[in-house]
Amino acid sequence: MIEIREVSRRGFLQGIASAGGFVLFAGSAAAALWTEQSAGGAAVSGQPVLQPSIFLGIDTDGTVYIVAHRSDMGTGVRTSLPRVLADELDADWKRVKVQQADADERYGSQDTDGSHSVRDFFDVMRNVGATGRLMLVRAAALHWGVLESECTADLHTVVHGATSRTLGYGELASAAAKVPVPKKEELQFKPRSSWRYIGRKVESYDIVDRCTGRPIFGMDLHQDGMLYASVERPPVLGGKVKSCDDKETLQVEGVRQTVQIPPFKPPHLFQPLGGVAVIADNTWAAFKGRKKLKVTWDNGPNSSYNSDQFKNELLETVRKPGKVARNLGDVDAEFAKGGKTIEAEYYVPHLAHASMEPLVAVADFRNGKITTWAPTQNPVGDQETVAQILGLKKEDVTCHVTLLGGGFGRKSMSDYVAEAAVLSKNIGRPVKVVWTREDDIRFDYYHTVSALYFKAVLDEHGKPSAWLQRSVFPPIGSTYDVSSTYGGREELGMGFTDVPFDIPNHRVENGPAVAHVRIGWLRSVANIYHAFGVQSFADELAHAAGRDPLEYQLALLGQPRTVADVKTPPGYALDTGRLRRVIELAAEKSEWGKRKMGKGEGMGIAAHRSFLTYVATVVQVEVSDTGAIRIPRVDVALDAGTIVDPDTVSAQFEGAAVFGASLARTGEITATNGAINQSNFHDYQVARIQDAPFHTNVYIVDSTAPPAGVGEPGVPPFAPALCNAIYAATGKRVRELPLSRNGFS
Amino acid sequence: MVQLKVNGVAHSFTGDPEMPLLWYVRDILGLRGTKFGCGMALCGACTVLDRGKAIRSCVTAMSTVSGKDITTIEVLSLGGLHPVQRAWIETNVPQCGYCQPGQILQAVSLLNTNPHPTAKQIDEAMSGNICRCGTYQRIRQAIEAVSKEAK
Repeated sequence: MIEIREVSRRGFLQGIASAGGFVLFAGSAAAALWTEQSAGGAAVSGQPVLQPSIFLGIDTDGTVYIVAHRSDMGTGVRTSLPRVLADELDADWKRVKVQQADADERYGSQDTDGSHSVRDFFDVMRNVGATGRLMLVRAAALHWGVLESECTADLHTVVHGATSRTLGYGELASAAAKVPVPKKEELQFKPRSSWRYIGRKVESYDIVDRCTGRPIFGMDLHQDGMLYASVERPPVLGGKVKSCDDKETLQVEGVRQTVQIPPFKPPHLFQPLGGVAVIADNTWAAFKGRKKLKVTWDNGPNSSYNSDQFKNELLETVRKPGKVARNLGDVDAEFAKGGKTIEAEYYVPHLAHASMEPLVAVADFRNGKITTWAPTQNPVGDQETVAQILGLKKEDVTCHVTLLGGGFGRKSMSDYVAEAAVLSKNIGRPVKVVWTREDDIRFDYYHTVSALYFKAVLDEHGKPSAWLQRSVFPPIGSTYDVSSTYGGREELGMGFTDVPFDIPNHRVENGPAVAHVRIGWLRSVANIYHAFGVQSFADELAHAAGRDPLEYQLALLGQPRTVADVKTPPGYALDTGRLRRVIELAAEKSEWGKRKMGKGEGMGIAAHRSFLTYVATVVQVEVSDTGAIRIPRVDVALDAGTIVDPDTVSAQFEGAAVFGASLARTGEITATNGAINQSNFHDYQVARIQDAPFHTNVYIVDSTAPPAGVGEPGVPPFAPALCNAIYAATGKRVRELPLSRNGFS
Repeated sequence: MVQLKVNGVAHSFTGDPEMPLLWYVRDILGLRGTKFGCGMALCGACTVLDRGKAIRSCVTAMSTVSGKDITTIEVLSLGGLHPVQRAWIETNVPQCGYCQPGQILQAVSLLNTNPHPTAKQIDEAMSGNICRCGTYQRIRQAIEAVSKEAK
């Protein structure tokens, strides 16, 4: 749980003091908090009179300003969290203006990853809303000379019921600013039945901008006097420039100069990769000049990396015992008894994020300070990385956040912002570094490559009496420590050590693997390969046992219970009853077992809990004689606890099905001699409209449980559900992704 | 010298003839609603209209645009939201929205020539426009809604 230091006055004053000489009651708001930086760079100052918290301001004209401190990459968080605050404030949504926060630790975590936003800030937003409402009510009571308890808030006004007098929030703002900020213990919250916005559909805040071509994204940034840069980076991780001939580059119309960026010092963390930057008057000139560079590289030791060979190494490793990450009962003793034994190995390759907006950042270094603008998931991470690389104090680094044209985890890694910062300092001008699609795919922090091994012995009912599962993958830890080879607790907790099956003997192991490319987070992270292995193997066992895969899933889960040995945040116990319920709901809605499947048609199911959300996915597939796949229908049931906007949640799961279809059908990054083979959408294919599920139906369990994640949990069950459907349709078991490697198209 | 019209305004260009229309529109004219996605006509983010027909501005060199009459996303809503934009908003199509100017102009181009496309025709017409957020089913629904409205 996040501590609400912002609503205590002490915390508020401290916070404001560090923002630079702000007087609480003077009505001169801290400009840093209330300066909206549009992508075009124009500053719009709100300067609201009443500021109960750094998240909220109310002006005398009744405008309510709510700070969006998390990054919106398409999840709608710029709408959903402010809606929670507005609901508790009892504000009129039509009079709310949302302002994007700069990097500022006082907001709490701004690192928008891990499907955390609503989960971690739902209560924070309610606290702030309730604080503002109480201050307004108290101001009205003072004004009327009546008891506070006789006054109530009602849609942007405070009402004195006995005399039918009302005052608008704008009319009250100045008076409320003189009311002491209440203590947390004084706050009263609206009952769920009075929620105006939470749980209801609304247009997302920026939707008109998003449909009319407003310059809202990082790619649209523009600063006066800005130059453009494109960077030729070492093709192999850790490579260095041996020589660079830029004569022809400098002859290109619009090219100004070239700048060498030094290589990183290991570990690479979020440092720029190094290379040669071409600085020009426009993007095209920078691209064209870069093509004319003649650079030779010292590729270094990672040039030994060949992903085909590495795959065999991973498979060899996964066949050997690894470190035990979870153990129930005695798997070995049970295996020794013999019985029907099933083994299987699975493989999932590297993936690239490929957001539609390639990486881009603007930096402006002047007078020993730097300002950056970027479509970033992690502005404080940008601030820390830039400060460290330029040797600046954190307070001399200002990081602005634009809307993001997708992110999927890539834009939480700050190398692209740091690159712009290094270049701006070097050339003494504001500079915009634009990554090409080729850069975006070749210089990613890749989703790791993994191999998985499973073994189970079945009892007389066909249910496993012992189950062994093992994974190996170069871990994300390698980005922080080059010697890191074992999966971190967080990675293993993503669908591996938290498998909630009711199996008496169950062991989870992890083996070592060395990273040769940068490894990072990609939408749902380790859940992708873990769910693929676990849910494919469960389906294999169902068929081996001659049982219906859906009924078998329920049998594996056993009776509804809390899985005691899996650690969870308070209030989020792993409840197999909730997982059973989404399976049953998906079964019912998809008419599992009731719809007649023709030749080459089949249905598959997978269920997976991730980011504290329970999801079951049923995929229907059609496979032609030549292996062409069509996905006419997907049914997804989910329990994400309390939700803010059902339509936004639905959209995230529709999108996750498409993301899952992309990675399952064609998602594959490979390397030869350390360099990435793929470069653009012709060789790193993602789902197009005809490849995506034709229709995904989303069913949300009505729940009063605390909110859980929605951005990522739809992804993990999709690939195994699709492959299980392909097995049902064709009898062909897919143990290696993508499908394009298995004769399917 | 290259002479063309962009959003009804005549322009002349004397710079690098190899410069794609995309970068002319974005960096020189400052119309940044047209997006860069791939540079190879693979994703459709850069879609603009030439006399109502969708073209990929990222592979359209300035040397080839003489006499073209280009429409970008910025002016589609000049006289109020275009029916396609209205349908996009009503269907809550965009997630991140980065590809949507291209998707919207591609849909406008489709409906200009075929006001009542079938689902299959929609998929064929929209297959060159990638949406990584995965809004495809809502894109199809929105186009179908415009088609229905026009009946």
